[in-house]
Amino acid sequence: MKVDDPNIKWVSEPQLGLAGRMYLPLIVGGLTTTARHLISPKVTVSYPDQEPEISNPEIYRGVHRLNRDGQGRVKCVACFLCATACPAHCIDIVGIESPWEDREKYPESFTIDELRCIYCGMCEEACPVDAIELTSLYNLTGRSREEMVFDKEKLLSVYDQTKDKEPMRSPRLGGTV
Amino acid sequence: MNQVLIVALVKIGVLVGGIMTAAAYFVLLERRVAAWIQDRHGPNRVGIPLTKIRLFGLGQPLADGLKMILKEEYTPAHVDKRLFLLAPIVILTAALAVYAAIPFGDRIPALPGAGIDAPISLIVAPQLDVGLIYIFALSSIAVYGVILGGWASNSKYSFLGGLRSSAQMIAYELPLGLGILGVVVVSSSLRLDDIINAQASSGLWFAITQPLGFMVFVVAAFAEAARLPFDLPECEQELVGGYHTEYAGMKLVLFLVAEFIHMITASFLIAIMFLGGWHLWGITGTVDSPITWSLAILRIAVLMAKIFAVIFFFMMVRWTWPRFRFDQLMSLAWKVMLPLGIVNLVAVAVLTEMEHIGWLGAHGAIWVCLAGWAVALLGWMGVAMIGPLVTDNRPRLDMRPYEVDPQL
Repeated sequence: MKVDDPNIKWVSEPQLGLAGRMYLPLIVGGLTTTARHLISPKVTVSYPDQEPEISNPEIYRGVHRLNRDGQGRVKCVACFLCATACPAHCIDIVGIESPWEDREKYPESFTIDELRCIYCGMCEEACPVDAIELTSLYNLTGRSREEMVFDKEKLLSVYDQTKDKEPMRSPRLGGTV
Repeated sequence: MNQVLIVALVKIGVLVGGIMTAAAYFVLLERRVAAWIQDRHGPNRVGIPLTKIRLFGLGQPLADGLKMILKEEYTPAHVDKRLFLLAPIVILTAALAVYAAIPFGDRIPALPGAGIDAPISLIVAPQLDVGLIYIFALSSIAVYGVILGGWASNSKYSFLGGLRSSAQMIAYELPLGLGILGVVVVSSSLRLDDIINAQASSGLWFAITQPLGFMVFVVAAFAEAARLPFDLPECEQELVGGYHTEYAGMKLVLFLVAEFIHMITASFLIAIMFLGGWHLWGITGTVDSPITWSLAILRIAVLMAKIFAVIFFFMMVRWTWPRFRFDQLMSLAWKVMLPLGIVNLVAVAVLTEMEHIGWLGAHGAIWVCLAGWAVALLGWMGVAMIGPLVTDNRPRLDMRPYEVDPQL
């Protein structure tokens, strides 16, 4: 490509004034910025001493929970939509015929491998009855791989643990109760 | 005779111990300051071992040192073994030996109980009349450590780092020397304690009377200490680690400590030669005032505070300016700093001579100050207008296009 090619757009730089060429505004401005940051409040959260602030727990994707309905039963209807949507294949459901009138099936067992899960939230989106939700619990630890596979009771207990702080989202988000 | 030897040994012990400890803690300070400027906390966890006491991270240097000692002392197979081992020793020895001629305070009172009748001067070698020459000869030797390390490593990154370092040191030693010459002309001595006394007796620090020399010296000192924005010998983005890429373990520690000692030396020289040393108006007394313990400690504290302030400035500058490109570095040395240094030397020499003859009248010092600032302003404006810092070789529209012979 030649210099006088008509497709080249030439941009002229702004010329520095005398002060700019003497480097004065740059020295003053640069040191002012550095000094301001030196004394400004720090953004680091000292984690074990200080809990991080989760700005919006409703959209935070932490540990899963299985919601209960008004009578304390599991809301899940064992439709397998979450297991189908899961890209990490970490949800394993065994559905059997429901003993209740209002639904055909319910999960006999419902396990999530929390180590395989990538916390993408697709199960939450796929669920037609808003039974599975992601809470804002972020500090999930365990001593073995087996311990990190959460079964139905464990997931329901996560609901019991977090329901006061994070109420079920379905009524407010327009889902089916 | 025996007492002289003991006093010298005590001074060496205090100085070497103090400098090494200071270097370790300045590494911590550097990390903390870097973190603060980047809105982080920095290393603030390590305190007293085996307890939960944190002490703002003051145990970090211990942990760092222990980590470095326990690292594998690895020597690559392709290096020149003798030079590879010699380089860190040379650089650290030269960096520490400089302190023989640098005062770290004024004097302390005589100790009649120990058989010492005269006040003790706080320099390891108080009778050394060629102090500044000695200091600069030794800091030139420190460059050999860098070049040897780069050469002996037999690696392209180390080699480039060593080459860059040698070019940079040679270029910046000239403005460094010119900045010093102005001070030496006025104080008519090469001894650093005489230079402090000259500033203390007139009450005018050389940074006030020779601002241009001060500027030139500070910029050159940054380059000599290879600190940002002049850290081309070891810039991580281009050269991995520069001349110490191939080093590990304690040999690497020697290089890193020597670098920090270079920075401390530069701060000592700036504080002593341009910022009045132990002198502070009103509180540190005059040159002739009899030395007492409180005065001696006060003077040491003032000197240390000035050095700390200069080092803090070094650290602030590190996060303020980006690194120069190599051609910019060389342009700055040869087209800006060298002419400014010569202008400063000529102005200082003329003014000193005029004051000496008595042309400037009773208030000569004020006129010298004003003239110094005028020269600084004019000189700086001059190089800003005519001295191009950058060779702009990007394509331009008015450039003749390069014709390629169609036959080729």
